[in-house]
Amino acid sequence: MTTAPRVSVQTADFDLAAEVRALHAGDAGVGAVVSFVGTVRDGAGAGASASPRVAMLELEHYPGMTEQAIERMIDAAFSRFDIRAARVIHRVGPLPVHARIVLVAVASAHRGQAFQACEFLMDYLKTQAPFWKKEHTSEGARWVDARVSDDEALARWGLRSDNGAAG
Amino acid sequence: MSVQVRYFASIRESLGGGESVYFVVGETVVDLRRRLQSRSSAHAEALGDGKALRCALNQTLCDADALVPDGAEVAFFPPVTGG
Repeated sequence: MTTAPRVSVQTADFDLAAEVRALHAGDAGVGAVVSFVGTVRDGAGAGASASPRVAMLELEHYPGMTEQAIERMIDAAFSRFDIRAARVIHRVGPLPVHARIVLVAVASAHRGQAFQACEFLMDYLKTQAPFWKKEHTSEGARWVDARVSDDEALARWGLRSDNGAAG
Repeated sequence: MSVQVRYFASIRESLGGGESVYFVVGETVVDLRRRLQSRSSAHAEALGDGKALRCALNQTLCDADALVPDGAEVAFFPPVTGG
C-alpha cells in the first residue's frame, strides 16, 4: 500500500507517468494499473456542433468538502473492489483547451478490478464531488449543465444520484 | 447561535460567497432555503423553489429535510459538473 496522498485538488498540472509509477512503487503484488485522464474539450471543435468555441474552462470547487468527498469515494472503491492503491488528482482554476483536468488511477493484482474501480470512481466524481465548470467562449461565459447520463452511469453501481435531474 | 451559509458557482455569483444567519431550533435545510429566499429579490431568484439546487450540511451532501444544528455550515449550489 502506498503512503502517498490519495487525493489532491490543485491548480498545477500533473505528471501521469510519475503518478502511475508512484502508485505501484514498493508493491510487487500490483499487476495492473488503470488510469483515466479527463481533458478540456472544445465541443465546437468537431464541427458537428453549432455551439461557440470554448477558449477556456474555469473550475470552481468547495475547499474542504471536495477532499473529504473524494476520500470517501476512494474508501467506497476499496470496499467494493479488490484494489491495492488509488490516486485522484483534480485541477481547479482556469484551464485552456487540451489541458488535463482530472486523473483517476487505480492499482490492483489483475486488470478487471482496476478497470471497474477506475470507472466507479469517475462515475462517482462526476455526480457527487463539489466541482463546477464554467465555459468561456467568444460569445461569453456560461456554467456547464449537469447531465442525466452521468446519474445513469452511477446507477449501474446501484447508487442513486439526482444530480443531473436535481430540483 | 448561528448558521454559516455558503454559496458556490452561479449562486455565489448572484449572492456572494456566503452569509451568517441566526439559528432556528428544528429548522431543516429546505426551511432555511425558504427563509433565505425572503432576504432579497436576488435571494428569491437564486434560491427559488424552481431552481435545481443541491445542498450540503457540514460539508457532506444532504437531503432537503436534514435538520440544521446550531453552528452548522450549510451550502447551496447547482448540480455538480466536475470530472
